[in-house]
Amino acid sequence: MAKKKKREGLLSDYRILDLTDHKGIYCAKVLADLGADVIKLEKPGGDATRNIAPFYKDIAHPEKSIYWWAYNTSKRGITLNIETADGKDIFQRLVKTADVVVESFLPGYMDGLGLGYAALSELNPGIIMTSISSFGQTGPYKDWKADDLVGWAMAGQAYVTGDDDRPPCQVSFPHCYLVAGCHAASATLAALYYREMSGEGQQVDVSMQEAVLWTTLLLVQFWDVMKINLFRAGSKRSMGTSLFRLAFPCKDGYVGFLIAGGQLASISMPPLIKWMEEEGMLGAFEDKKDWEAKDWMQKVDAWALAQETVDAWENSLINFFANKTKSEIYEKAREKGMIIYPVSTTKDLAENAQLKDRDFYVEVEHPELGETITYAGAPYKITEAPWRIWRRAPLIGEHNQEIYEEELGFSKDEMRLLKESGAI
Amino acid sequence: MAKKRIFEGLKIADFTWLGVGPIAMKFMANMGATVIHIESYTRPDICRVSAPYKDWQPGINRSAFFAVYNDSKYGITLNLRMPQAQEVAKKIINNWADVVADAHLPGIMEKFGLDNETLRKEKPDLIHVATALQGKTGPYSTMPGHGMVGVSLGGFTQITGWPDREPTVPFGALTDFLTLPHMVTALIAALIHRKKTGKGQYIELSQLECSVQFLAPPIMDYMINGRILGRMGNRSTHASPHSVYRCKGEGEKWCAIAVSTDEEWQSFCNVIGNPEWTKDSRFATFLGRKENEDELDVFVEEWTVNYTPEEVMRQMQAAGVPAGVVESSEDLVADPQLNHRGTHVILEHPEIGPHIYQPPPYRFSKTLNKPTMPAPCLGQHNEYVLKEILGMSDDEVADLLIAGALE
Repeated sequence: MAKKKKREGLLSDYRILDLTDHKGIYCAKVLADLGADVIKLEKPGGDATRNIAPFYKDIAHPEKSIYWWAYNTSKRGITLNIETADGKDIFQRLVKTADVVVESFLPGYMDGLGLGYAALSELNPGIIMTSISSFGQTGPYKDWKADDLVGWAMAGQAYVTGDDDRPPCQVSFPHCYLVAGCHAASATLAALYYREMSGEGQQVDVSMQEAVLWTTLLLVQFWDVMKINLFRAGSKRSMGTSLFRLAFPCKDGYVGFLIAGGQLASISMPPLIKWMEEEGMLGAFEDKKDWEAKDWMQKVDAWALAQETVDAWENSLINFFANKTKSEIYEKAREKGMIIYPVSTTKDLAENAQLKDRDFYVEVEHPELGETITYAGAPYKITEAPWRIWRRAPLIGEHNQEIYEEELGFSKDEMRLLKESGAI
Repeated sequence: MAKKRIFEGLKIADFTWLGVGPIAMKFMANMGATVIHIESYTRPDICRVSAPYKDWQPGINRSAFFAVYNDSKYGITLNLRMPQAQEVAKKIINNWADVVADAHLPGIMEKFGLDNETLRKEKPDLIHVATALQGKTGPYSTMPGHGMVGVSLGGFTQITGWPDREPTVPFGALTDFLTLPHMVTALIAALIHRKKTGKGQYIELSQLECSVQFLAPPIMDYMINGRILGRMGNRSTHASPHSVYRCKGEGEKWCAIAVSTDEEWQSFCNVIGNPEWTKDSRFATFLGRKENEDELDVFVEEWTVNYTPEEVMRQMQAAGVPAGVVESSEDLVADPQLNHRGTHVILEHPEIGPHIYQPPPYRFSKTLNKPTMPAPCLGQHNEYVLKEILGMSDDEVADLLIAGALE
């Protein structure tokens, strides 16, 4: 398999053709940063994902979408219209050089073009085709459309998220399809592993609805074994009989904490109460100031606590936190080993000391801008090969020449004809 | 012929607990790996003592929380504070396992004599995958934690809810679930590398670092443009109407609708019968709908309240407009699409009885990927693992038992 240049990543032996839009965008990014040779195929003029905000310096331009940048790192990019006869022909030639095709069209679209798994596997028996869709490749909802909010709703997340006196609510940055894409990356690798063992390629069918269902903790199980429909309660959560707060207001924002009982309480409550005592603000914990970890472990079961008890404890904490900043509380929590964390803003995350200490953020050259841009770094640290953002996201058709002329051997004249016919 | 599983023959020693670690190894088990999950009586997994409990009766083997994260594994108990137990753990790793997984705070595996450097020195082809809330290094790595506060640290709480209210905490230990696919990805990439080179490796994950992948654009937006993302309720920058609307019926009956394109807007108007207000020029363009969104949402809900969520969803979807029922736990169990995909797999657990397990969210055309065995009761496979897998004699097992190493 001809490669432009040899990479030394874990997946550098593999070539992946990425046909996805925003619904599958994260899958091939994950694989590309691990070294795979990912070629992003866009429609002539560029993929619609380039229109997703935010934009660099707020310039709404297809080459300036930060969203596009963030999720297309390490990929090369070519333009190709697979709906034209010439485009189809070129795609089929590329499939012969590839290990994986990732796509996120409506189920049946690729089959309709004669480019479904069955057809591609005739060209290349080892090919793996990963299909990411809203609901899966088969079934009663397969042809339905879903944006992130619809997926969030149909996977059970909306029902349990939001204030109880307002409609069920989303997270204000869509991530359902990104989650599906990440699962698709792992499933694609599983299929590659199987191919290494057996020689056989196969199709992988990833459902966004199912992927998001795997973010809901246990909604299905609560109905299944207890016949409970869990419900939304703002920043509170049912732990059995009572509602417990998970975010507490403080001086400059909020902190995340859960009193609970048993083991969780045994870790945080003794040092927290000591701190409250030092400041003369014991409140409802007056009778708990001598309790040790084992007392919280043995005497307090979150499952059985009365709501009035929980409310009184939580109100005392709200009073206590009121004159302290997120970072004061967080630093004390670190010092004392308490499970209290800041409710981070995107600014807090950009400036997070732990992320800095671990060199999480990385600088990536943007030659077209003449500057470097800071990116989110590796989701994992691996010892045997570099994880790297090998290059910034491709410009529209940036690698047409490299792939069409240098690799596939099209002449300048042919390139001109393909361009004018709308194939590339 | 029965379908094969991808990781048949692969052996995993699973020292993880709580959320992401157990689920990631369960995914591997569903794809065919043999997984021994090491637990202890002295410090049981918090999931074992958390709801949902079968028939509301708490019990160490009655939580579906633990069960659904640990199916298809063999379960043994070892008190790893004891040298005899550490020896057993070493035997599992050195004589049996291809992969070791842990989800402990930094220093714990070291205390058990199971630190990554020693393990990999003794067995160079071992893959060790480790996850912790903030990773195994750095000034905040030693803080205890869990995903229900990780969701706040990771930035999701701040951006969930209404701009005029305090934030609402997204449900569940979200950061665990955002780390999950990354953990499986890294492990399989390492397995492929091992297949090709014979070399093992160490993989370390931080839930925080995995989770912020899903907020990378707004974090970069802050770095580049100085904008801090706030709470937008159900508003969107790409669709309008875009919200969750009350529907007909008792209780919490809602349907999400998201109209992105002009075509979808026309279809939406047709579905609701083109009432007079849809002809108002203020709603004719996307910008116009965004500017008058409060009013728009009132009009939309005037229509949705006449139909059940299911009716709203089906009418909209039939016209090509994205819409979906806000599904409750009960709805999820009955969801026709999920049931078509075999999302809910019923297995008979010794104490919980028949109950629902779930496979990873993908299907392979040639290989099987689903739960096979219910989750183990605490210590259920001690004898099987010690005798059948490790080949220990009755006397050796009895010695361990008497010493308390299996507690």
